[in-house]
Amino acid sequence: MANKVKIKIDGKEIITDEGKTIVEAARENGVFIPTLCNFAGALPKGCCRMCTIKINNRFMTACTTPAASGMEVENHTPEIEEFRKSIIELLFVSGNHFCPSCEKSGNCELQALAYRYQMMVPRFPYDFPMKSVDGTAPFIIKDQNRCILCKRCIKTIKDEQGRHYFAFKERGHKLEVILDEQMGKEMSRALARKAMENCPVGSIIYKEIGFAEPIGTRKYDKMPIGSEIDN
Amino acid sequence: MEKKIIATTSLAGCFGCHMSILDIDERILDLIELVEFNKSPVDDIKTFTKPVDIGIVEGGCCNSENVEVLRSFRKNCKILISLGECAIMGGLPALRNGIPIEECLREAYLEGPTVGLNTTKILPNDDELPMLLDKVYPCHEVVKVDYYLPGCPPRADLIWDALVALITGNELALPYEVVKFD
Amino acid sequence: MKDRIFKIISKYNGDSSRLMDILHDIQDTEGYIAGDIMGLLADLLSLSAAQVEETVSFYHFYSDKPRAKVNIYLNDSVTANMFGRAEVLKAFEDACGISEGEVSEDGQLGLFSTSCIGMNDQEPAALINDKVFTRLTPYRVSQIIADLKSGKSLDEITVESCGDGKNALPEVNATVYNNIRRKGALLNNDYPFYSVVRDMLPNISSEEIIDIVSESNIRGRGGAGFPTGLKWKFGSKARGERRFIICNADEGEPGTFKDRVLLTEYPEMVFEGMAVAGYAVGADLGLLYLRYEYKYLLNYLNGILDNMRKNNYLGTNVAGIEDFNFDIRIQLGAGAYICGEESALIESLEGKRGEPRDKPPFPVEKGYLNLPTIVNNVETLATVVKIVKNGADWFNKLGNKDSVGTKVLSISGDCRFPGIYEVEWGMTISEVLAMCGATEVQAIQVGGPSGALIGKKDFGRELSYSDLPTGGSMIVFNNSRNLLREVVLNFTNFFIEESCGSCSTCRNMPYVLREKLLKILNGRGVKQDVEDILQWAKVLNVSRCGLGQTAANPIVSSIRNFRHLYDALVQKEVDYDSGFDLESSVLESCKVVGRQPIFHHH
Repeated sequence: MANKVKIKIDGKEIITDEGKTIVEAARENGVFIPTLCNFAGALPKGCCRMCTIKINNRFMTACTTPAASGMEVENHTPEIEEFRKSIIELLFVSGNHFCPSCEKSGNCELQALAYRYQMMVPRFPYDFPMKSVDGTAPFIIKDQNRCILCKRCIKTIKDEQGRHYFAFKERGHKLEVILDEQMGKEMSRALARKAMENCPVGSIIYKEIGFAEPIGTRKYDKMPIGSEIDN
Repeated sequence: MEKKIIATTSLAGCFGCHMSILDIDERILDLIELVEFNKSPVDDIKTFTKPVDIGIVEGGCCNSENVEVLRSFRKNCKILISLGECAIMGGLPALRNGIPIEECLREAYLEGPTVGLNTTKILPNDDELPMLLDKVYPCHEVVKVDYYLPGCPPRADLIWDALVALITGNELALPYEVVKFD
Repeated sequence: MKDRIFKIISKYNGDSSRLMDILHDIQDTEGYIAGDIMGLLADLLSLSAAQVEETVSFYHFYSDKPRAKVNIYLNDSVTANMFGRAEVLKAFEDACGISEGEVSEDGQLGLFSTSCIGMNDQEPAALINDKVFTRLTPYRVSQIIADLKSGKSLDEITVESCGDGKNALPEVNATVYNNIRRKGALLNNDYPFYSVVRDMLPNISSEEIIDIVSESNIRGRGGAGFPTGLKWKFGSKARGERRFIICNADEGEPGTFKDRVLLTEYPEMVFEGMAVAGYAVGADLGLLYLRYEYKYLLNYLNGILDNMRKNNYLGTNVAGIEDFNFDIRIQLGAGAYICGEESALIESLEGKRGEPRDKPPFPVEKGYLNLPTIVNNVETLATVVKIVKNGADWFNKLGNKDSVGTKVLSISGDCRFPGIYEVEWGMTISEVLAMCGATEVQAIQVGGPSGALIGKKDFGRELSYSDLPTGGSMIVFNNSRNLLREVVLNFTNFFIEESCGSCSTCRNMPYVLREKLLKILNGRGVKQDVEDILQWAKVLNVSRCGLGQTAANPIVSSIRNFRHLYDALVQKEVDYDSGFDLESSVLESCKVVGRQPIFHHH
C-alpha cells in the first residue's frame, strides 16, 4: 500500500497517496482545480497553466506537482482565479472560437470553463488568426481555428509502435498541431472517435456524425464544469 | 417611475437576436410598461428623436455604415449593450477575417457558384454603397461598450433578466443555464 | 539521396536522440530537409513524419525549403539597429537584388533576418553560411557580395578582416573581435591549462572537490545564480546508473557574448572545468551545447578536445586516475533562444523540440536521458578550475558579501569601449558606465531583455545576486535613443519570436502586449492602456520557465522606470479609445473594387 501524505488546500486538510499529483488528490477530495491540458492516464505537461496553484509563494502547476507531506496549497484565491480567467480569455482571442457553429459546443471544456468563470467577453482584443482546416483524413477533420495546443491528442493518440499521429509544428505564436498525413489516412474509426473525445475543444471532429445531441442535454448545458467534484 | 428609453439595431447580424427579444413572449407587455422604444426596427423609428437610456446592438461591424450607426448609438445612448455573439466577437461574418478582401469579393461576386446573375462581372463599387472594412470588428473594438449578453441568439430569459435589472437598478443575478455562447 | 541518408543514420546508430546531429548532417549534404526526407527519417527512426517535422520546424536554422547556395542571416538585435542595420540591409538588398526573406532567382543568394547572434560589441553583424561577419558597412557589404560573385570563397573573404587573438587561427578564421577590456581573477593568463586535472585530481577525492566548490560560495554565472557546490552535491547523490555534465554554451540572451570569448580564448579551462565536475559527481560524459551561431568555433573546439584526449585529460583513466573515465561531445544547437533554459537544452540534446520541462524533478535528479545531470554555465565551469587551483579562500576574498568572486560582463550599446570586462561583484552601475566610457546615458539594460531597463535614479545600485543580478549582458542607451520604439519593441519582438509556445501564457500574452504598445506608440493610447499592460502582464508569472515569466519585462520595467515616456504618448483629452480607424480600415476594399473612399464627418 502506498504511503499516505497530508496536505492542505486553502486550509482544508487532505490525505492522499504519496506520488499522486495535487490535481488528483484534490479531485478525490472534492476540491476542483480547473485543468485543460491534463488528461488522466497521460503524462502531465503543464501547457495550459489553468491548474496553477501557489505553494510557498511560488506558482506551480497542480497537474505536474506530486503531493508531498505538509504542502500548503493556495487554490481558490482571487489572485489565482483571476489568472485562470485571463488564461481562458487569452485562449479565446488567440484562436477563432465561434461556438454557435462548433459541434463540440456544450461539451467543450474551454467553453465550459468560460461559463464557470463567467466570461461575458474577453478583455483582450481578438486576433482573428488565419488558420487552416485539414479534412484529408477519411474519418477526422483537424481544425486549427479551435485548437488550444494542449497536446492531449499528441500524448494520447499513438499507434502500437508508439508513433504519434499528431505533432506540434513551428513554435511560439505560430505554433499549431498537425496530423501526420500518412497516419491520418490509415487512422481507424475507433481511434478517430477517441481523438475527438480526447480533444477538450472542437479542433478534432469525427466526420460521420455531427450535432447528435440537442441543446439542453449536453454535458455542460445545465451544470458548470467541476460541479461533480465541488463540495 | 419614468419609462426608460430604449433603442435597438442590427449591424452585421441576422436579426436573430431581435427575434430573441420577442421571445420573451407575454412579458413583452410588462416591458412596454417599463420602456419606450426610440430608434429601433421594433417600432420602425429610423433616427434618434430623443436621448436614449439603453442602446442594444446586434451584430458586429463589417462596413462603414455599421460603424456610423454604432457610433451614433454610442453618442445617443447612455448605456450600450452588445447583444449576441456577432456583436461580441464578430460571429459568423467574422469567418472572413484573415482572408484577403480581394479573395472574399472575387468569391462572392465573380467566381463563386452563385454569381450567374452578375453578368457584367463587376465588383460593387457605387458610391452609395457602404465600404467594406478590412475585417469584421466586434462592437467594443470600435466604440466603448458597457454590457455584453452572449448567445446565438442570447436566451430570451437572459435578455429579460438583464433589461429588468438595468431598468430597475436591481442587481443582476444570472442563472447558469441562461448564459451560453450558442 | 537515400544512400546518403542511410549513411548518416548509421553514423548515429539509428539513435533518434541524436536527431539534431542527423538533421545538421542532412542539411549539410542535401541543402535542406525536404518533406520526403522527413518521411524517410521517420521510417528509419520509428517515428511519424509529423514527429520529425515537430523538431525540424522548431529550430530557426533548419529549413524544409530549398535555401540558397549562400545564405545571409543579418542580425536584428537592438545594437545592430542602433549602429546602422537599416543601411546595411539596404546594401545587401541592392547588392543581391532581393528583399529580406527572399532567395535570388538563380538560387545563389538568400537574405534572412535572425535574432541576436552574440556579436553585440561589433554590430551590425551577419552570419553568411555560418561564418560571422562583423562591423558591416554598406561599403563592406558591396565588397563581400562582389567578391562572392567573382567566385571567392568565404574563407578567402574573411582573411582580409580577420579578428584578434585566436579568431585569427586558420581553424577559426572569423571576423570576430574579442574586445577584452579588463581582466580579473578568471581571465588573467596566470593559469597553466590542465594543471588541475593533471596534478591535483589524482590526489584529491571527489568529496573534497565538492567541498572546495561549496566553500567558495560560487553561484551559477548564467544568471539564475544557484550555488554550484550544492548543485554538484545533489548531482553526486542522485540515484542513476550514469551521470552527465552539461556545459550550457547556448548563449542567447541578447547582449551577452562573454561565453563566445571564453570559448575562443579559454576553451581549455571550460573543458577542464567539465572534467573536474565529472570527477566530482561521478559522470562519464560531458556535453557542451554550443549555440548554432557559434558554429564557426566547432572545428577549433573539437581540435582542443582531440588534444586533450591525446594527453589523457579525457578518455579512460583520465590523468591516470583509475576508473575515472570521462569524455566530452559537442552538441550543436540549431537556433532557439529557449534552449538556454537548462531543461529545454536537455530536450534539445535528446533530439526533441526545446520545450522546458516541468520542475520538479530538476535535472540533477532527472536530466539528460532521465539520468542525473549537472548543467553549468561556461563561465562557471572555467571559474571552478581556478577555484580548485587557488582554494576557496582565495575566491571568497573577491566580490562582496552576498556575491563572491568576479563576473564577466558583456557591455555594448552607446559606449566608447564595448566589449568584455571582468569585474568583482559589487560594482555600481555608475562605475560600470564610467568604465566603458558611456556618457549622456539615458538607460541601461541589465541582464538582457529578461532583466531590467533602468534609468538614472538606479545608477547607484550594485551588481549582485541580491540587488541587480545579471548573466552579464549590459546594453547602454544614450539620450538620443527612442527607448520604446528602438529598444522595448525590439525586445518584445524577440520574446514573441523565441517563445516555444508550450504555455498558453507566454505564447499569447507578449503578442497582446505588443499590440497595446503599438497602439500607444501610434498615438492612440490612453492612460488605461498603460494600466492594462501592468495588470495583464502579471499572468506571465505562472509560465513554466524563465523566458515566459520574464517575457513582459521589457515593457513592464520600462513603464516602471520610464513612465514619463508613456505619459508623453498617451492622449490626455480622452479616457477611452478603441484604436479603431475607419479611414485606414476601408482602404483595401475600396482599392479592390476601384472606388474612392468617402466619409461623412458629423
